[in-house]
Amino acid sequence: MITFFIRHFDRTAIGFVTTLLLIAVVVPLLNLVVPESSAFHIPTYLVSLWGKYLAYALLALALDLVWGYCGILSLGHGAFFALGGYAMGMYLMRQIGARGVYADPVLPDFMVFLNWKELPITWYFFDHIGYTLLMIVLVPSVVAFVFGWFAFRSRVTGVYLSIITQSLTYALLLAFFRNDMGFGGNNGLTDFKDIIGFPVQAASTRATLFALTSLFLALGFLLARAMVVSRFGQILASIRDAESRTRFLGYRVEHYKVLVFVVSAAMAGIAGALYVPQVGIINPSEFSPSNSIEAVIWVAVGGRGTLVGAAIGAVLVNFAKTWLTGSFPELWLYGLGALFILVTLFLPKGIVGSLAVVVQRMKGGSAA
Amino acid sequence: MSVDLTDSILYVDAVSVSFDGFKALNDLSFVVGRGELRAIIGPNGAGKTTMMDIVTGKTRPDNGMVIFDGSIDLTTRDESAIAALGIGRKFQKPTVFEGQTVEDNLLLAVEGPRSAWSSLFGWRSRVTVDHVLETLSTIRLGDLKHRLAGSLSHGQKQWLEIGMLLAQNPKLLLVDEPVAGMTDAETEETARLLTSIAGEHAVVVVEHDMSFVRALQCKVTCLHEGSVLAEGSIDAVSANDRVIDVYLGR
Amino acid sequence: MLRRLFVIFGLVVLLAGGAVRDSYADDATLTLKRLATDNYADIELGIAAVAASGLPSAEAVLNALADSRLSYRSADKALFFKDASGSWIDAATNTMPAEQPSGLKPVKVNNRVRRALEAALGSMTLMAADPQKRIAAAEAVFKSRDVNTLAALESVIAKEQDPVVKRHFEEARAAVLLLKVDAPESDRVAAAERLGERGDQDSLALLGAVSEANASANTVVAAKLAAKGISRRLALLSTVQNAWYGLSLGSVLLLAAIGLAITFGVMGIINMAHGEMVMLGAYTTFVVQEIIRTKAPGLFDWSLPIAIPLAFCVSALVGLLIERTIIRYLYGRPLETLLATWGVSLMLQQAVRSAFGANNREVGAPSYMSGVWDLNGFQITYGRLWIILFGLAVFVALLGVMKGTSLGLKMRAVIQNRRMAAAMGIRTPLVDALTFALGSGVAGIAGVALSQIDNVSPNLGQSYIIDSFLVVVFGGVGNLWGTLLGALSLGLANKFLEPIAGAVLGKIILLAVIILFIQRRPRGLFALKGRAVEQ
Repeated sequence: MITFFIRHFDRTAIGFVTTLLLIAVVVPLLNLVVPESSAFHIPTYLVSLWGKYLAYALLALALDLVWGYCGILSLGHGAFFALGGYAMGMYLMRQIGARGVYADPVLPDFMVFLNWKELPITWYFFDHIGYTLLMIVLVPSVVAFVFGWFAFRSRVTGVYLSIITQSLTYALLLAFFRNDMGFGGNNGLTDFKDIIGFPVQAASTRATLFALTSLFLALGFLLARAMVVSRFGQILASIRDAESRTRFLGYRVEHYKVLVFVVSAAMAGIAGALYVPQVGIINPSEFSPSNSIEAVIWVAVGGRGTLVGAAIGAVLVNFAKTWLTGSFPELWLYGLGALFILVTLFLPKGIVGSLAVVVQRMKGGSAA
Repeated sequence: MSVDLTDSILYVDAVSVSFDGFKALNDLSFVVGRGELRAIIGPNGAGKTTMMDIVTGKTRPDNGMVIFDGSIDLTTRDESAIAALGIGRKFQKPTVFEGQTVEDNLLLAVEGPRSAWSSLFGWRSRVTVDHVLETLSTIRLGDLKHRLAGSLSHGQKQWLEIGMLLAQNPKLLLVDEPVAGMTDAETEETARLLTSIAGEHAVVVVEHDMSFVRALQCKVTCLHEGSVLAEGSIDAVSANDRVIDVYLGR
Repeated sequence: MLRRLFVIFGLVVLLAGGAVRDSYADDATLTLKRLATDNYADIELGIAAVAASGLPSAEAVLNALADSRLSYRSADKALFFKDASGSWIDAATNTMPAEQPSGLKPVKVNNRVRRALEAALGSMTLMAADPQKRIAAAEAVFKSRDVNTLAALESVIAKEQDPVVKRHFEEARAAVLLLKVDAPESDRVAAAERLGERGDQDSLALLGAVSEANASANTVVAAKLAAKGISRRLALLSTVQNAWYGLSLGSVLLLAAIGLAITFGVMGIINMAHGEMVMLGAYTTFVVQEIIRTKAPGLFDWSLPIAIPLAFCVSALVGLLIERTIIRYLYGRPLETLLATWGVSLMLQQAVRSAFGANNREVGAPSYMSGVWDLNGFQITYGRLWIILFGLAVFVALLGVMKGTSLGLKMRAVIQNRRMAAAMGIRTPLVDALTFALGSGVAGIAGVALSQIDNVSPNLGQSYIIDSFLVVVFGGVGNLWGTLLGALSLGLANKFLEPIAGAVLGKIILLAVIILFIQRRPRGLFALKGRAVEQ
């Protein structure tokens, strides 16, 4: 096992994981321990903001797994992110208990407002963290499995597939907007009080959540990396480059696609679950197709098929978004649109990908 | 003539296929015995590649039977299942994985478990690696094993693809125009190679190069407009008037 | 002597006439006085009396009462009503008195009084000169079913010449008789049949009220039969109406999607900015209308015919620009093209938002597109009708371009086998550019039509893009008929699912069905066959 990792982990991978583990420790330290007056102090709102970036990075990682390594351009991955987020949201809503506006110990506020008398079956057991954690992984996985089974088995590929994934997230958007679905309707779930007993707003909780997100990002990376350097990954690459030929070699292409799609969806779900307590709200607009398509540009900017690039791209683009929407809000959409165009035209390998090519050339490696 | 189904590796009976009105295969029937080496010739549009498409599951016939290994109906299975059964195909245009090394290409093709689970957790076994090395030496690409397949010459790619076919260790090899673009020397090599593997494997070769076909010294089937025009030794078929008319020329 | 007799005779006549007039006036005043009370029951009776009196001011008085404009002087119970200018009119003489009265108490109305008023007014206008008024009166009676009007109805039925008005009278009578427990059975059965012929929701409700408790067995049977007939007819009407809506939606989808289908068929790319091409067309219409409103208001009805070629040009030019600067360089990479065009879509939306604001803009309908044509309960809005015709016209025009022009021939060649087409000398880059321009231009035209039925905002394109994709995926590419069929089927399916499952669930079901459909036919309804079509 150890030899496997040593053999397949290059410097980028080691560097990436180490960085993540480091910041998981350093940032909370700089927030909780270092006094506010110090120049090194990191304010709590920044901790949560960066935690959000890291959650997005995990989503980007999941997307890169299916797009960069298997050629499945999913324009609906935000759906899995949102499903995981909603699962966490439901747990957090149950945790509010009698502290809500309507002070009902069992029913969340919006249900009381809708005159519902009892908890719908979809909400059962969400007061237990164990069940919640299971659902965070299970729900996106099952949806991905069913969808993937039908889509990949019918050999839908390329642009057709992308459109269908977009329709999937759009359908979920429509569904979750309805009040009678029982997921908070267009207001979503919010006003969280605490998570496993710890108050959600407290600095220590936020710092822990940040550290956890960083940790899960590292774990996700390790898992994804293990998959892509194994024989499984080699076959995925073959499917991406020449699907028909791979079939003729006897490989059940559908099985591979479904497997990687499900793993990716579970990862995205976990990312969503980490995102929700840090931003304090989950609503149906997370399902909107534009969210999913934005995730694609994070991966494209960073470098598809590099894993590390995807994570970096997510952080970079979201940082730019926070900065631009704060200073020049009108410009943000122009900037984002231009990013899509420029990256596809001039930087098809993304930042990390192009850097890798440059490094290769400097080393005088084999022709790419 | 009655043929014992179980004696043949491939039994094609009255297969017809049309594409949008054009009849690509018209009541095609032929049989390939176990371990037999067979050459298929014929003009363009005769249905040679379509016949291979049918056997490998890429296209479904409109009617007719295709039985493999005496009892397996190929018309109900798809490409992966058929390949897993032991039928390998080399395509007209080389379709190696350009972005992967020669060695990796062979590793992909080498026979072994194909399921997704096993590829996640299986390690390369000694047997597989040996098999790959063996194949590499057979196709004379041992020195280039770390080269990217995309950087090989056309002839080398053809050989790599033949190597991939060999690595699969199939019961039936379908080889579509293996020597297109090869030098004379390479052509001779290929003929020798294919002849040597026949016996343990059944090999069906489609080719236009008549000297290559002659070098194979095997039974020849000539297709024309979707059905068999003539069958027999290379001499018999080359002397056939109809074959001369439609294909060989005077 | 004789002359003196004549004068006396004349004087007597005059006096007598005056006396008759006076007594007549006395009768009128007396009748009117019956309304000058606070007792509702008395007011009701008074209403009936006034209605039957034939007084020239009767209608005005009763209308005033209905509007709470009628008052009386407690001293002498004289009746006054306020006219439009706000001054009091003497009800007895129907003229304005010398001085405005004071100390007036309003004559109050409650629901029963109101119903009596309606019936009375209704029965009075039964004899109005204007046939429309008579029909309105008949409908009022139909609603009120006041048995007191029966006698009036019978008399007007006997005298009525106009067959349409007569039918309304007869239906009104039927409504009254059906639920009149003491009416003869044959009358009630006939009434049931008559209501069945009328065949609307109101009749259905009335027939439903008939039961064993208030009618004889035969009447109940007749009512049930008539009700069943009406239900069937209404169901049929509902189906036809839904089909109409489906057709209308289908034509909208067709217009939105056909440009996309052409681009996808020829170039194999999905243009995510397609919705914005539609949006640009809609905004072009807005601009044209703004200019016409300020410079040449008389031309408003021409605003759409002017906007159509303009919208085509605007969208086609933008499309050409996109193709030449971006898409050309992404040839052979459909997924990247998808992303790049998404970026274009974002920029276009923001540009329009900056130029025109984020809110909806007013686009008005020309006169020939407003209004409804009612065919026996089946409503046809002119706007939708024009859009359906327009959609078909665009479809036929495109069919003509594809089949009849040299560009169309080249496009079809490229769709079927790009490399062969290039090998035969067709300049595929040029075909690509023109195709993209054509597809975008058609989207622009669609925008003109859509501006009539949807809000014009920067987000207009987004609401149609997913549906357009589904039409293309479902209908297949390479064949315009596929798009037509795909659009119509999706439109119809959508509208027939809506009443059953609701708009949102219907959409979701449709999406699921399409995903399953793709299983069987991955290339859509009208897939291109043949070995050359490898994507």
